[in-house]
Amino acid sequence: MERLESSEQFKALQKRIIADRDPQIPMVVIPAGTCGQASGANDLIRIAKREILAHELVTKIQLRVTGCHGFCQAEPSVLIEPEGTFYPRLGIKQMTQIVEAVSEGRVVEQLLWRDPKTHKRVQREADIPFFRNQRRTILARNEKVDPIRIYDYIEHGGYAALVKVLEQGNRRWVVEETKASGLRGRGGAGFPTGLKWELLAKARDGGGKFLVSNADEGDPGAYMDRSVLEGNPQSIIEGMLIGAYGTGATAGIIYVRTEYPLAIKHLVIALQQARALGLLGENILGTGFSFDIQIVKGAGAFVCGEETALIRSVEGERGEPRQRPPYPVEQGIYGKPTAINNVETWANIPVIISQGAAEFARIGSPHNTGTKIFSLVGKVKNTGLVEVPMGATIGEIVHGVGGGPAGRAEIKAVQTGGPSGGCLPAAMFDLPIDYESLSAAGSIMGSGGMIVMDENTCMVDVAKYFMKFLKDESCGKCFTCRKGTQRMWEILDDITAGKGTLEQLDLLEELAQVVKDTSMCGLGQTAANPILSTLRYFRDEYVTHIERKFCPATVCRDLFAYRVIAEKCTGCTLCIRVCPTGAITGTKKEVHNLDQSKCIKCRACFEVCNFDAIAGDAIIAVPPGRTSMERNP
Amino acid sequence: MITLTMNGLPVTVEEGSTLLEAARFFGFPIPTLCHLEGLTPYGACRLCLVEVGRGDKAKLVTACTYPAADGLVVRTGSSRVIRARKMILELLLASCPQSKVIQDLAAAYEVRQQRFRQEYEDCILCGLCVRMCEEQMRAKAIGFRGRGERRSVGTPFDAPSPACRLCGGCMYVCPACQLRCTYHEPEKAICGSCANLSPPCLEKREFDDLMCFMAPCVACEIRKG
Repeated sequence: MERLESSEQFKALQKRIIADRDPQIPMVVIPAGTCGQASGANDLIRIAKREILAHELVTKIQLRVTGCHGFCQAEPSVLIEPEGTFYPRLGIKQMTQIVEAVSEGRVVEQLLWRDPKTHKRVQREADIPFFRNQRRTILARNEKVDPIRIYDYIEHGGYAALVKVLEQGNRRWVVEETKASGLRGRGGAGFPTGLKWELLAKARDGGGKFLVSNADEGDPGAYMDRSVLEGNPQSIIEGMLIGAYGTGATAGIIYVRTEYPLAIKHLVIALQQARALGLLGENILGTGFSFDIQIVKGAGAFVCGEETALIRSVEGERGEPRQRPPYPVEQGIYGKPTAINNVETWANIPVIISQGAAEFARIGSPHNTGTKIFSLVGKVKNTGLVEVPMGATIGEIVHGVGGGPAGRAEIKAVQTGGPSGGCLPAAMFDLPIDYESLSAAGSIMGSGGMIVMDENTCMVDVAKYFMKFLKDESCGKCFTCRKGTQRMWEILDDITAGKGTLEQLDLLEELAQVVKDTSMCGLGQTAANPILSTLRYFRDEYVTHIERKFCPATVCRDLFAYRVIAEKCTGCTLCIRVCPTGAITGTKKEVHNLDQSKCIKCRACFEVCNFDAIAGDAIIAVPPGRTSMERNP
Repeated sequence: MITLTMNGLPVTVEEGSTLLEAARFFGFPIPTLCHLEGLTPYGACRLCLVEVGRGDKAKLVTACTYPAADGLVVRTGSSRVIRARKMILELLLASCPQSKVIQDLAAAYEVRQQRFRQEYEDCILCGLCVRMCEEQMRAKAIGFRGRGERRSVGTPFDAPSPACRLCGGCMYVCPACQLRCTYHEPEKAICGSCANLSPPCLEKREFDDLMCFMAPCVACEIRKG
């Protein structure tokens, strides 16, 4: 790679790259992010390469290995360009078929995605409801770009925004444009990015300023940042370069957790390539503007996503938050002014600059502009990364993109915002997703986790799960956060074990309020959200747990016993086959029998039964030696 | 100089002061556990909470770490502050009931019961010892380890630290260790009003002026049962 000395050279290079590629030659695109590799994308790549070489198709078929496209449910998948044919869940054998078909210009009909509702095969990716109902500004580039080839990124308009900014040569304009776009921090709090930059630009300049990309994504079930870093690391670098130009920052840091090895690898390669091309480092494109980025690997503490804890961690200290003010933009890393933005925020910057702020602001709703990536997981048909305009309703995501419930049970709630978010009931699915609405409803936007729960999810158990996570991940500095989360978990544990009292429920609410009120950082201040929101919308479940000692969703093992409903059981023996302890007995076409003394309540029979013939009952106090069941009304 | 409003009164303090310094200078009492003059403020115990701001924007912050700023509106004893402080003291009593300092604070705020599972921990992780060791003794022999409920204070790998000069500074500043009730069965002696006497509730008639802060008191319960 030759170092580029001016923007003219860059444009010439871009022209050459585009001219070099024939868009008519079919391209086999294999998404191989961490998720894709885990489900077997590496095998597909190997087979595709072998087939191409063996049949001498090198000039007829191109191959591109990319980051995650977002449709986790369909991994490992393959996309054929330029038609956009999409093949989900492939095996090694099917890959051979596909390469053959592509070389002949055919479509393998029986491998196409099938709509579970209409049972019709759909050829093009863009026609699949999961993709059709999204607006993929950031994620769409993941399909186009091989993350370890900077030329791919440049071919698809990469670094054009940086060149535009450098040619304009107006630092104020960059900040003004970002402000005008209305972009708000995608990390959770929703602070206007432009405003943060303006503060950084104005901050005293003595010995440098820092820009940080916060990639310490720790929410269980959330992986938006990972897939952007893995799939398109250059967009983060470009975003940071533009930010640095606008704010006068002198050094950049990408704080990424060590649990993301592939993201780190791609980032290292991307940084090297950008440096080699002269797009990063000293005297960028001959303009005299210098900025370099280094990677700092975090040890994976959840709390280090909090900006003051992140600063401490970068400095090599324990990751512990501190009091704000002073804000990082006044006193950050090594006491220097620092602006910290989420990965997704940075990925939006090149889009804003190339489209223009006005165009960007047209998407979404007022004060909540642009798109937001959510990781849609849980009891929903299509799980994956979903990018929708801000202000889309929860229902549009869960039903429109997600395709509704995964099983027979109805969707009951959605948990947004990761462990410190709240659970919103199905009745509120008309709620537009923006910072204000979610926070008024008792949840948070967070970084974009979205966990769908159906009728078979116990909300007390959900609250307990998140509280366990938070009590382990609290840094432990604030007494109220450390002890408060521990005590809240204890009370929830009592309730799920059938030892709870209604007084404890009041205590739980009182304590949750105090923890929210008195903790120093965002972790503690939002730690009570899972409890407060479930108490607000699902209080009856708590009361049932306490008063009837019964878990209606059959999750809390101490609070129910399974029984076979004789009227519904068809005697299919499916449950007998899955029962690990042999608790269910019976013969074909006869009602099965469940032995309570052997049952370990593993839920296997409950989940496998196609006729809802396994049900949970409350356990009522029984004299020793006898078993008695209270019928579930 | 900075002018701010504290409990409705305009007060003027030097630049760089914290709210705690300001409040104490003007005589507004604020309880603290993890604060000691001469050590950097840490904000761990959360007892020194005050309410800043107005209306919906009002929030609780620790006075020891919050810098005084022009025009700030501070309330040191609002009902929100007192409610939070009481809950913190209840949590403290539930984990570390033997500390005389905590007992006295609980009594002062009329916290007479705790509703959680009783624990008998020695340390409230206020960090005074760690800061004492680092900042005043310049030894850095002890530090925090672990996070969440596994957080603790100690030397690396629990090995005797060559950096430790056995100065005793850490013990001297500890609010939880000092004046610990030394009843011969420490797990039961939670009333512990006094370091030297046997639990007073057992001889209430003789020591009538002593207070028991626990209701119900485990020692009393044991005696009854």
